[in-house]
Amino acid sequence: MKLAVCAQGEGLSAGVDQRFGRCQFFVIVDPEKGELISSVRNASAEASGGAGPQAAQLLSGLAVEAVALGNVGPNAATALEAAKIKIYIGVEGTVEMTMQKFKEGKLSTISEATVSSHSGMKGNR
Amino acid sequence: MINLVIASGKGGTGKTTVAVNLALSLQEKNIQLLDCDVEEPNAHLFLKPVIENSDEIGIPVPEIDLVKCSFCGRCAEVCAFNALAVFQDQVMVLAELCHGCGSCAYLCPEKAICEVDRPIGVVERGTAGVLQFIHGVLNPGEAMSPPLINAVKKLIMPESITIIDAPPGTSCPVVSAVSGCDFCLLVTEPTPFGLNDLDLAYQMVTRLGIPAGVVINRCDIGDDGVENYCREKGLPLLQKIPFDLEMARLYARGEPAALHLPAWRRRFCELFEQITQLHREAVRQ
Repeated sequence: MKLAVCAQGEGLSAGVDQRFGRCQFFVIVDPEKGELISSVRNASAEASGGAGPQAAQLLSGLAVEAVALGNVGPNAATALEAAKIKIYIGVEGTVEMTMQKFKEGKLSTISEATVSSHSGMKGNR
Repeated sequence: MINLVIASGKGGTGKTTVAVNLALSLQEKNIQLLDCDVEEPNAHLFLKPVIENSDEIGIPVPEIDLVKCSFCGRCAEVCAFNALAVFQDQVMVLAELCHGCGSCAYLCPEKAICEVDRPIGVVERGTAGVLQFIHGVLNPGEAMSPPLINAVKKLIMPESITIIDAPPGTSCPVVSAVSGCDFCLLVTEPTPFGLNDLDLAYQMVTRLGIPAGVVINRCDIGDDGVENYCREKGLPLLQKIPFDLEMARLYARGEPAALHLPAWRRRFCELFEQITQLHREAVRQ
């Protein structure tokens, strides 16, 4: 399967980003094989508005099935639902560590927003 | 006859005070006062107009016909404001981000988009004595004010003296209010903050190619930075309003000074004379 992890950089060793719409990269991995598929720059990270739905659209185009993140806003959550992308919360440390947690079933799935709109504009926290 | 806009970089400098008193001082017929500070209009508090007309204003936002839609993503691609996101079998419209440009509907290859009005506020029209009064009132929480400001400005009558109270700042709403006017009166206060924002506002009107002049409000407090700035830039300083207890008392009761203090009425008439003269000179050039 294809899992996207919100990250600050490229590759498995990149630090995770708590934000969804405004993370710099999506590192796409195959958790079953424990492999890196690709690192995709999030073009909407700097958008003035609508970053979450744009990021969801990007992942949808890449046929991603699930995303691991820290926080997600209401528009992004709606968009991910429309894109049929499952949301997992609890990213921690690096992409590799998060992928490991996912494999071990330690990330929990949610369907609703964890934060209010525009929370990601305050930075990675 | 003339469209005069009252603007300022900084908020709370006295735009509405100047606009209202100017309108009430002129002994002419055919005067319109347009309050374009649609996020928080307040000229009505002083003019107490009788509102005769109220029109809802909306902006066109896309509505998707999912039967016709092929989910090609063209609409999201052309939207400059991320108001659309397209997925395999769904389209998300973020109406509050839409600026109503119509590109998505125009460029949709399947003609699957029609535009529907999303209300953003109202334009109210009425009279205050001999004045024609018009203002826009933006819905609470709404961010998209320029279309409402433009709707207010559509009611400008060419044969009138039109006095426009602009919102503060230098961003899109202010540019909407100031654009196309004959003259811009910049109201400021003699403080470093007032000067900083006057400079921004003057840069804006210069880019828009609109002649400007300055009124310093509460002129007997602060420093001489604004006066020096006006001298350096060759920006006409037209009027100085002192920090006056009588005016402040009237203001606090919602009473325009021009109706109670004849000396002030004369000063506002002089101000208008200076503006019309500068406008005439600008037209001649």
